[in-house]
Amino acid sequence: MIELKVNEQIQTVDVEADTPLLWVVREQLNLVGTKFGCGMAQCGACTVHLNGQPIRSCVTPVSAVAGQSITTIEGIADDNGRLSKVQQAWIDEQVPQCGYCQSGQIMSAVALLESNPNPTDSDIDAAMSGNVCRCGMYGRIKQAIKNAAKA
Amino acid sequence: MSKLTRRAFLTAGLVVGGGLVVGVAIRPGHRTPKLAEFMQKDDEVLVNAWVKLLPDNSVTVIVSHAEMGQGAQSALATMLADEMDVDWATVTVEEAPAHGEYANFHMAREFLLPGKMPGVINQTINGVFLTISKSIALQVTGGSYSIRSTGERGMRVAGAAARELLIQAAAQQWQVAATEIRAENSHLYHDASNRQAPYIEFAKSAAAQQGSDLPTLKTPDQFKLMGNEAIQRLDIPEKVDGTAQFGIDVVLPDMKYATVKTAPVFGSKLESVDSAAAEKMQGVIKVVKLGNGVGVIADSYWQAKKAIAAVNVSYSKSAADNTSSDTIMAQFRTDMDKAVTNGDEETDVSVGNARKVIKKAAKVVSAEYSVPYLAHTTMEPMNCTALVKDGKVEVWTGTQNPLGIKASIADDLEIDVENVTVNNVYLGGGFGRRAMNDYPTQAALLAKAVPGLPVKMIWSREEDTQHDFYRPAVLSRFNAALDDSGLPTAWDNQYVDKHEPKEAPYIPYQVANQFIHYIESPTHIPFGPWRSVDHSQHAFFTESFIDELAAAAKQEPLAYRRGLLQSQPRYLNVLNAVAKMSNWDSPLPQGWGRGIAIHGAFNSIVAEVVEVDMSAGDLKVMNVYCVADAGFAYSPNAFRAQMESGIIFGLTAALHGEITIKDGAVKQSNLHDYQMVRMNTAPDIFVEIINSGERTGGAGEPGTPPIAPALTNAIFAATGKRIRQLPVKLS
Repeated sequence: MIELKVNEQIQTVDVEADTPLLWVVREQLNLVGTKFGCGMAQCGACTVHLNGQPIRSCVTPVSAVAGQSITTIEGIADDNGRLSKVQQAWIDEQVPQCGYCQSGQIMSAVALLESNPNPTDSDIDAAMSGNVCRCGMYGRIKQAIKNAAKA
Repeated sequence: MSKLTRRAFLTAGLVVGGGLVVGVAIRPGHRTPKLAEFMQKDDEVLVNAWVKLLPDNSVTVIVSHAEMGQGAQSALATMLADEMDVDWATVTVEEAPAHGEYANFHMAREFLLPGKMPGVINQTINGVFLTISKSIALQVTGGSYSIRSTGERGMRVAGAAARELLIQAAAQQWQVAATEIRAENSHLYHDASNRQAPYIEFAKSAAAQQGSDLPTLKTPDQFKLMGNEAIQRLDIPEKVDGTAQFGIDVVLPDMKYATVKTAPVFGSKLESVDSAAAEKMQGVIKVVKLGNGVGVIADSYWQAKKAIAAVNVSYSKSAADNTSSDTIMAQFRTDMDKAVTNGDEETDVSVGNARKVIKKAAKVVSAEYSVPYLAHTTMEPMNCTALVKDGKVEVWTGTQNPLGIKASIADDLEIDVENVTVNNVYLGGGFGRRAMNDYPTQAALLAKAVPGLPVKMIWSREEDTQHDFYRPAVLSRFNAALDDSGLPTAWDNQYVDKHEPKEAPYIPYQVANQFIHYIESPTHIPFGPWRSVDHSQHAFFTESFIDELAAAAKQEPLAYRRGLLQSQPRYLNVLNAVAKMSNWDSPLPQGWGRGIAIHGAFNSIVAEVVEVDMSAGDLKVMNVYCVADAGFAYSPNAFRAQMESGIIFGLTAALHGEITIKDGAVKQSNLHDYQMVRMNTAPDIFVEIINSGERTGGAGEPGTPPIAPALTNAIFAATGKRIRQLPVKLS
């Protein structure tokens, strides 16, 4: 049994130690907002926060994060259930198309703004280039991050 | 527990095809009661087949296309809502179920008769008839088709018809002439008697009326939602909080997980399997033989994935085992030469006598172009959940082609098609890949091995990359004759392999003698429609070669094109607009280059200008200017997003896209060796829309074709190096 804190709740899961965190949150905890894209940390669709830092959950064995604090897309709205400013910026800028990568994009963006509230274009490039958007909405993502920074 | 209720599944299917929409939409009262049985929940009123009014006077629009990111569902809803004069803030969308009442070919045919159609349909009746028939048979979301067909011929008519029905009902109740009643924001008004009431008060009466089959549609000056920049897509909020449900997110009680491993060489069959070790692994329920591979069903995906790696398999051998990208290209060249010698080419265009003119010409320009195979690489790998129980199959997946899925599952499992239910959910990207039937059939075969248990099959990214249906590798050869002033007098273009649309290799330029022709040279690599299909390669070929002609004529490439487009005002207009937008004549920094390309696809004309910075030796794509004329952009913001998306999609292919064949199999496996444009390599993109009022064109695909030639023409401008092969390799 492995204990995790996911979106502020303590969870206990019974899985093999090498199971990637991605599949634990999706299949054991039914938090399916976090997506599977590549399985080798190449696309960023599986991005979650580990103690506030963005990580690729598809290559993170659950045993490596036992007892630590995980945040998924389901956990970033505020306590009243209001969307985070990054999520709202995503709506205002009409960012998503297919939307599949967007949980990961938003998690990377939230982490970026927490550590760097006023990122430059190259800061945004550096923080976001691990997240692929096959629909190619990079311009809108960048603009939404800038808008969220001002919000 | 399942997030989706049974009813949600029932209503999550889809039907495609403008004709049937028209048929149902403008025959209220006939089909509505039947449809109401399964479309209407408590207290809802189905006014006609495509719209429901709810007790709080809110509106549900029933749409018949899959949502794969293109924004079609919201755009279609605005079209109906605008014609119906409903309050947009109250509109929600529900996908039409995969039900016969929504896919009645005979009904469509009955209404596809001249004289029976609203004006918007009449003008294109001849051209549309075959396409509609085809799309009804296939039920495909594709061909950049939703808005210009279902939208214009279906949703607008359905909205206008619903509005007329409500007015008719109110006229009866109020005992006034229908012409004295006006509709606004989901309310009806009779100003003379100072009466007003919400739509819902007349809904039941309206649903029982016999409406006109020729409702009056709005003119553009009356549009409120159509063409409105401020309209936001309805699916976006659930795509930012993680609640949007894609195929991979379906959860059912007692669900098991599976993954597959299939023959690396297309066409090879499974010969032997040693699964003893895998079967002993934790969580493994069953190892299942498939015709061309194996699947493992387990308690979790990770267990299935680990176990499949432990299954040893061997496959049948074939001549395909010895093929490579090089042998395939060599085959194309041999077959093309042979076809010229034997004169057995298939003709696209034959005007004048291009070969004769070229033979006698003083100046001839020749070039050979090629593009490689490409994978679709949707962000969501192929997946499907299936349940086989009591001789019936139910699947949950994201698909562009639900009827195709139904048919192939019925075939492969040898059951009646009526016993197959398809539940469609959001597609994590389609681009043509999810028009194919392979993955749902595979999931159904796996589920058949464990009857009564739902099985969610998920492909690894490696399986997804190596078992796609590929944009074909294509070779294209050109010869052109130039006259003394450098203008082309003859254009001879031979290429290998033709799919669709047929006009993809046609040129808009005035050239008196044209011979455009192709040969078939089959390979074992499976073909699939890839965003813009044949346009994706031909725009690169033709727009590069016209640039070569301009260079050979020592003329400026924009001016050269302009000169050849004098009889094509629509093209000329788009070209001039992009030149202006990009400040074409302004100087660029040292080491930069600017390239232009224009291409018509799916009845839209798109021109793009690319600026590259090659001052440091490497290639940086800095800016892309795009002007698109799709007749009328119903959802301008979503339309621009489609252009931006199409540009990045095509740029990814031009810069990185290459599926190579080695020993008969795909060499690339994941995003490390099949790379994508990312944030740090994405150019700034500027899009301008021209609403020319011409017949409406598509949005999803036409942005892609011009980007590759605009890029390579820019590289030529910067360096003098002509790129004739994609992806771009500078050294």
